[in-house]
Amino acid sequence: MAKVLMKGNEAIGAAAIKAGCKYFFGYPITPQSELPEYMARELPKVGGVFLQAESEIAAINMVYGAAGAGARVMTSSSSPGISLKQEGISYLAGAELPCLIVNIMRGGPGLGGIQPSQTDYFQATRGGGNGDYRLVVLAPANIQELADLVIEGFDIADQYRNPVMILGDGMIGQMMEPVEFKVPKKRELPEKDWATTGTLGKRKPNIINSLYLAAEELEEHNKKLQAKYDEIRRKEVKVESYNIEDADVVIAAYGTTSRIVRTAIAKLEREGYKVGLIRPITLWPYPYDEFNKINDNCKGVLTVEMNAGQMVDDVKIAVEGRFPVYFYGRTGGMVPTPDEIVGKVKEIYGGEK
Amino acid sequence: MEERIIIAGFGGQGVMAIGQILTYAGMIENRHVSWLPSYGPEMRGGTANCGVIISDEPVGSPVVVNATAAIVMNKPSLDKFEPTVEKGGKLFINSSLIDQKSQREDIEVYYIPANEVANELGNARVANMVMLGAYLEVTKIVDLESIIEGFKKVFGEKGDKLLPINKEALKKGAEVVREQMKAMV
Repeated sequence: MAKVLMKGNEAIGAAAIKAGCKYFFGYPITPQSELPEYMARELPKVGGVFLQAESEIAAINMVYGAAGAGARVMTSSSSPGISLKQEGISYLAGAELPCLIVNIMRGGPGLGGIQPSQTDYFQATRGGGNGDYRLVVLAPANIQELADLVIEGFDIADQYRNPVMILGDGMIGQMMEPVEFKVPKKRELPEKDWATTGTLGKRKPNIINSLYLAAEELEEHNKKLQAKYDEIRRKEVKVESYNIEDADVVIAAYGTTSRIVRTAIAKLEREGYKVGLIRPITLWPYPYDEFNKINDNCKGVLTVEMNAGQMVDDVKIAVEGRFPVYFYGRTGGMVPTPDEIVGKVKEIYGGEK
Repeated sequence: MEERIIIAGFGGQGVMAIGQILTYAGMIENRHVSWLPSYGPEMRGGTANCGVIISDEPVGSPVVVNATAAIVMNKPSLDKFEPTVEKGGKLFINSSLIDQKSQREDIEVYYIPANEVANELGNARVANMVMLGAYLEVTKIVDLESIIEGFKKVFGEKGDKLLPINKEALKKGAEVVREQMKAMV
């Protein structure tokens, strides 16, 4: 298939259908509404179901039901709507149900605004719902990567029986770029022999549940979950780095912010500064090891985000005190400019190149 | 080479559409492109704008900060984006709706009576294409054939019968600006 120009929100929908997703349950909210609109138009054409639920809470529980029956299913929302879904997300993780959840973030807290933001990093990577659970969190920086990660995200979800979250912001949802829908490298996926598909009287019923009243049983269940999360940590880390072996300052940034950082780095290089980039593509599992590759002479690691400093905690864990850690961010839907980042890097240089 | 364009006007003037056509044209010519719209609690008659980047390198920030060119279709857009054009950049003003001259002396400014030209062609709605035609004539960023292909991509089959008048609008825009270019030399 040739390249087409597409909005991020629509590209998510097209990629999901390409991945075999047949069911979408959601509730509209800016800045991601083009995605449910696209699914409402396109899913019936492939024999799928689009359903606008009465609320976000209803939508996520419909996802629970469809995932429990073994279907490829997704939902999407933006920050306040994702907050409403947290109970269901914890249940999905507890019952080990695969699904794709899209969060096209906007400024917060509360209803906040509708402009781009990365303010749900904590919620996505630490768990907004109750219990010791993890989501695989994917943070695309351009629309091609967004489409690729949606397709792979469904496979990751099925492989590990775990919810996967695409964490984008209003900018990537609204912007248009060329995109090509590639047939992904197929993973070996296990049979969904746990799904509630009807016994035909030939087997014991499968039960989808996250309730374990006996403490011993619940601890066993938690041990199993933790072993799964460890496997994901070993196998699923994705990161892109630029020039970290040689850089005087390394910037850590993800999603659309990493592109603004790229523009800033290009400017700084023209002035003779040596600046590297670590761009986590998986925010969980986090690419902690990548920071070990930073050269010993580095003056510091600067985290740039569209929030008040959330990933900066993971960066501190990763550098283990080897380098000073700095932060620059804008909030409320304001987008940092390349010049602001250039200024911050020069500040870290302390006037000497 | 990186062209960073702001296109701004009232909602309904087709600023998003010509931005998309231009972006498509860049893509057809195998350049790296991005299109970023303003989005917000917009209302009819409010302002709308988009930023288009056409580059030989992968596009970094899709936010247009220092524009190499701006196309402004109404006065609020001129006020907002005149300062955004970088030194030596180009500003295209729809003089049908903006009776004000640019205050900048460090940029090239072109005045296109886009609505008058469109009305003469018999369809007020092609004023945006008049502006696009003028912009292309000055910058030569992409070929006219790529723009036509881009138009077909953006409007699909429903654009077929509107293609001739839109082509005409592109041509007229180019003619108007050519006169001004001669005068500037």
